[in-house]
Amino acid sequence: MLQQYETVFILTPVLSEDDAKSIINAYVDLLKSHGAEIVHQEHWGLRNLRYPIRKKTTGIYHLIEFKGTGKAVENLEVAFRRDENVLRYLTVRLDKYAIKYNEDKRAGLVGRNKKVNQKKAEEVATE
Amino acid sequence: MKAKSDIKYLTATKIGVTKKKYCRFKKNGIRYIDYKDPDYLLNFVNEQGKIYPRRITGNSLKYQRKVAKAIKRARHLALLPYVADLLK
Repeated sequence: MLQQYETVFILTPVLSEDDAKSIINAYVDLLKSHGAEIVHQEHWGLRNLRYPIRKKTTGIYHLIEFKGTGKAVENLEVAFRRDENVLRYLTVRLDKYAIKYNEDKRAGLVGRNKKVNQKKAEEVATE
Repeated sequence: MKAKSDIKYLTATKIGVTKKKYCRFKKNGIRYIDYKDPDYLLNFVNEQGKIYPRRITGNSLKYQRKVAKAIKRARHLALLPYVADLLK
């Protein structure tokens, strides 16, 4: 059974928009080549770092959620270490509560007031 | 209106009676603490960016560990600072 993982990584802000896109696509293809199935991707874009990493105060964040084997993760991280554009990366294995949390978040159920979420849940159900 | 305010002082004023602390995760049934959302984690960190102890947050041991792990992951990804002043 493939485990579900979630990787967040930060690229140097020096890259142009399409450079960043091509690098990210390269990683997605690398994952796919190792038999991983991409569940969800989020591009947070340029964000301020709370402390400078390698003398840079901003970074391009990207998140990839995927199902894959340990080997896929290993190769991904080796690629991250080699690539000097990647400032930092963090891969986390998701347990069932985390998976449920991410799905709820995408469906917009995670939020402050419960009443709004109930209504959304019904809408999602009726669709 | 005046009568009402008189009665207020008849009862003993509560000094030093602290509210019963409870674990917000057990009470609201939260099972996963997301390390990617720093605003929520700021509730568990003081002005210098240090993690609050359990006796302040009132969390149960299981969830205090999850909070600490999430905070450390957020720090790794520069979503939360390791050391800060006047963080809030």
